[in-house]
Amino acid sequence: MQIPYTVQLRSDTGLFNAKLGVWLFLASEVMLFGALFSSYVLLRVGADHWPHGWEELNIPLATLNTVVLISSSVTMVMSWASLKMSNFKKYKLYMGLTILCALIFLVVKAFEYGHKFEIGHYPSYNTFLAIYFTLTGLHGLHVIGGIVLNTYLWGPGSYMWKTEPERFTNRVEVAGLYWHFVDLVWIFLFPVLYLL
Amino acid sequence: MSEAHAEDIKKHVRTYIMVFVVLLALTIVTVAVSTLHLSTVAAVSVALIIAVIKGSLVASYFMHLISEKKLIYAVLVLTVVFFVGLMFLPVGAFSDKVALP
Repeated sequence: MQIPYTVQLRSDTGLFNAKLGVWLFLASEVMLFGALFSSYVLLRVGADHWPHGWEELNIPLATLNTVVLISSSVTMVMSWASLKMSNFKKYKLYMGLTILCALIFLVVKAFEYGHKFEIGHYPSYNTFLAIYFTLTGLHGLHVIGGIVLNTYLWGPGSYMWKTEPERFTNRVEVAGLYWHFVDLVWIFLFPVLYLL
Repeated sequence: MSEAHAEDIKKHVRTYIMVFVVLLALTIVTVAVSTLHLSTVAAVSVALIIAVIKGSLVASYFMHLISEKKLIYAVLVLTVVFFVGLMFLPVGAFSDKVALP
């Protein structure tokens, strides 16, 4: 049996199924990160002393990472737009750039973590670092998940373009929804952890 | 794909580039403001306002929420309600006098 409504829109929802599915997943993701943000507020307000982000963390590196992640969001949406314009070569280019940006983000993050570990600042060092590692660690896992997904769509998954181009375009669109969400989370993590 | 449709997408692409530039500018602004070391309330307000603007731009244009189906808006309204509830949990914790010494 074929999976229904991968291309055709359902008459009751007005959507193809994957889009609604991914949005519901993202709603649950909002609650996951929301719970941790809420914990952050509770920990911070309840603490006698809370270090400023700029005392503990590397702002230039985090700013660079913010730019890298925003760029990857643009290349992601451009990869989808390229498919919409039936330009598969450009799709490959933009999707490749998206994956590259995600890898750069992880490398920079690894440098940040490495430096912290070198000076003995593990999550157990203080409450600030505990929530910092929890939030950025969970976000980092999401970045890794995105890389796996996007690499599949860039490589073996892209054969679908030849057989079912519209279905493939929809796949790239919903993968984009997830990726933009990962960018969106970082847009909040960056000021909250680094700048305040 | 029809000519008109491809033309539409080209318009979208211009919007994406503009949003990208605004996002970069706002990133610079938020970092610049943080170097002023404002009072906590002012700093938190400015940082969150800028983050909300950036987040809205990403959601509206990159995630196409600006023209999406009603059902998705309904899902998101419900999510926002519960998210706001989550954010008020710490307030609840602090108004609970029993927990204070």
